Amino acid sequence: MAVTGTETFEALTLGLGGEIFAIDANSVHEILDIVPQTEVPGAPPLVSHLINVRGKVVPLADLRIRFGMECTPPTIDTRIVVVEIELDEEPTVVGLLADKVHEVTSIAGASIEDTPDIGMRWNPELIKGIGKRGDDFIVIPDIVRIFTTH
Amino acid sequence: MSSADPGQVFREEAAELLADLETALLQLEQNPDDREPLDTAFRALHTIKGSGSMFGFEAAASFTHHLESAFDRMRKGELTATPAMIGIALAAKDHIRILIDDPANADTAAGERILARLAEQSGSATMPAPHRQEPDDADDRATWRVRFKLAPDALERGTNPLLLLDELRGLGDAEIVAVTDDVPPLEELEPTRCHIAWDVLLTTTSPRSTIEDVFIFVIDETELTIEPVLASSPTPAPAPTMVCDLPDPSVPTPPDPVQPVTQPPQSKADAGPEKGKAQPVANSIRVPAERLDDLMDQVGELVIAHARLKQLISDSVDLQIKSVTEEIERLSNGLRDITMGIRMVPVETLFGRFRRLVRDLSQELGKDVLLTMSGEETELDKTMIERLNDPLVHIIRNSLDHGLEPAADRLAAGKPRQGRIHLSARHAGTRVLMTIRDDGRGLDRDRIRAKAEEQDLIPPGAKLSDAELFQLIFHPGFSTARTLTSVSGRGIGMDVVKRTVDGLRGTIEVSSTAGGGTEITLGLPLTLAIIDGLLVRVGQGRYVIPLFAVEECVELPPDVERRHAGRNFLNIRGALVPFLRLRDSFNVRHPPDPYQKIVIISSGDKRVGLVVDQVLGDHQTVIKSMSKLHADVANFSGATILGDGSVALILDIAQIVAAGQIQEQRREAS
Repeated sequence: MAVTGTETFEALTLGLGGEIFAIDANSVHEILDIVPQTEVPGAPPLVSHLINVRGKVVPLADLRIRFGMECTPPTIDTRIVVVEIELDEEPTVVGLLADKVHEVTSIAGASIEDTPDIGMRWNPELIKGIGKRGDDFIVIPDIVRIFTTH
Repeated sequence: MSSADPGQVFREEAAELLADLETALLQLEQNPDDREPLDTAFRALHTIKGSGSMFGFEAAASFTHHLESAFDRMRKGELTATPAMIGIALAAKDHIRILIDDPANADTAAGERILARLAEQSGSATMPAPHRQEPDDADDRATWRVRFKLAPDALERGTNPLLLLDELRGLGDAEIVAVTDDVPPLEELEPTRCHIAWDVLLTTTSPRSTIEDVFIFVIDETELTIEPVLASSPTPAPAPTMVCDLPDPSVPTPPDPVQPVTQPPQSKADAGPEKGKAQPVANSIRVPAERLDDLMDQVGELVIAHARLKQLISDSVDLQIKSVTEEIERLSNGLRDITMGIRMVPVETLFGRFRRLVRDLSQELGKDVLLTMSGEETELDKTMIERLNDPLVHIIRNSLDHGLEPAADRLAAGKPRQGRIHLSARHAGTRVLMTIRDDGRGLDRDRIRAKAEEQDLIPPGAKLSDAELFQLIFHPGFSTARTLTSVSGRGIGMDVVKRTVDGLRGTIEVSSTAGGGTEITLGLPLTLAIIDGLLVRVGQGRYVIPLFAVEECVELPPDVERRHAGRNFLNIRGALVPFLRLRDSFNVRHPPDPYQKIVIISSGDKRVGLVVDQVLGDHQTVIKSMSKLHADVANFSGATILGDGSVALILDIAQIVAAGQIQEQRREAS
């Protein structure tokens, strides 16, 4: 997804550990309520569970682990955002846990700023940029990098 | 014609024809007088040539033509199928394959060398090229009246009448007249239908069969008559005026003394233009493998959906719903069996390829080898057959290169001069056992042991059973060959064989007697998609153990249970079986059930017990592969979806048995 220049991109905003994250709406397949999860012994903590999405076995990722956020138990608002990403040139379907799903919105490319070097709690490599909407800041994570780096 | 790339259709067809050709050539080599393989080879060549030029594979078509001519002469008894000839034909076949699959990289010089050898063997320095055949002996000339009318939809099916006419012209002097009587008035004319018939007076040295061969692809749909006009006439073609006096071919022809090749037009659903053999239309269709995979996926989901439905209504008292569920169960089981059946092909398609391999290798190594087969009709999943090719090639190569002794050694050992390799396949329950047996010198136990000790795979002087010792050959980098020949040392090793077979959830067993030969048996599941599994619970997680690996379930004896930190092995009827506590392997925090169960699984001749909390019962398992994100996770070969819609992991038996062995070795070492 292009997040620089004058392009705007359609983003799904979701709440995660008190922050608002924006992910490319085009990569989103569907949004599910919480479903039974199966733990995979020996799997990386980020993708320690599997879920059934319409007959497909899909890894469930908790992005909070990569951002060092506290992993609170699911609430009535918790959702699973099913996205498709390219891993090693292979389309891979992954479920992302979200504390709350907000809305689909347009973010103007011009309003996106590079990740500041200081004042960040998170590894800047995992973030593509910070979008601004009103007085709010929206974190645009680099989903592929989150899954391909350790 | 279908919208698929016609070139691809031809390539697929040619691949099958070339396989047929090779089988026929090898049969011919065994029985040079047998008519049937000769005819099969000729038909295959003829079809490749014809379809090849039709689909624009000119180089392949013109190369094939030379070979076809030679085989035509064999059919007429002018040439004999000598071993040298077969050798050339096999080389030519390989070259045709390159010309079709990868024309850009074809080695023209190699092709010319093959043709030169062919010309030398068939005793004619120059082979006539297609379409340029000039009659050189006027005494053999005959004039034929050829009338043909294509099926009305022939053009839509890709038949080009101009090519047919060109081919007729290529045979000699041809006078062609179009019969336009059936062309309808303009307002009724459908431009895609063929309304024209043709009358051709053809003066040629070619026999009647050659003229018939021109129509070989359209024979079923074409009204065709071929009559001699002036037998053995030395005069050139008759004057055109005569041609115009021909009777109208649309008028039904009276019974013909020279057996006209008249066929009623066949239904549209039958033959396409690429259909080559003039034999009854085969009752089969070609389907891309992905569509079968998709179908299998859908059926898998249906099986899962049914399992969910069954679970949902298990408490229901509504008899109608229960009966509908049973009906769906019957249907989905039937659909599953049919779909799996579609994917099954006889192993003959796999074994057949090895005849050539053994022939070429035995020549290369100067060994006399007889390859025999049994159970070729045994069916196996198509994907599996494809993936088994390389491992089997490697095993057969090993048998020929390392296993079978040179003739002198065999005679000295009191064995027949000719070495034997036997391939067999048979069903055993839900598995297929595939065996490769040779009567060579057998595996060298001392060398394997020495090599394994050298590589620190086993402690010096370790006591190993034969089966354990032989399993060492599957270790990466393990080769007991003293010298690398051109045959061994290329391609893959036995470790790759093992990995491939493991990947197919198969097993490998090796047995060998010194001086008596080696037998390698692959045990393979019938299908890759669905297995029978044993569902167990460990903590709160549920896992599937492939049923084929399960030997028995026993209760964990309380005295063993108490020694939790100590020895982890059981005495199962006198045999020592190590066991793993899955709750330890999986880091389960949930407290264990009071009575732990042990599922004894086997892989090869290794047995390992798995301690679980509960055995839940058997479960038909649709295997789903795990994503790349879980590629590094050991212990599991895939996942499946249970009746309640949740996911369960499938245990990787080979991996777990290996882990059990390591544990046992640690215990022995300590």
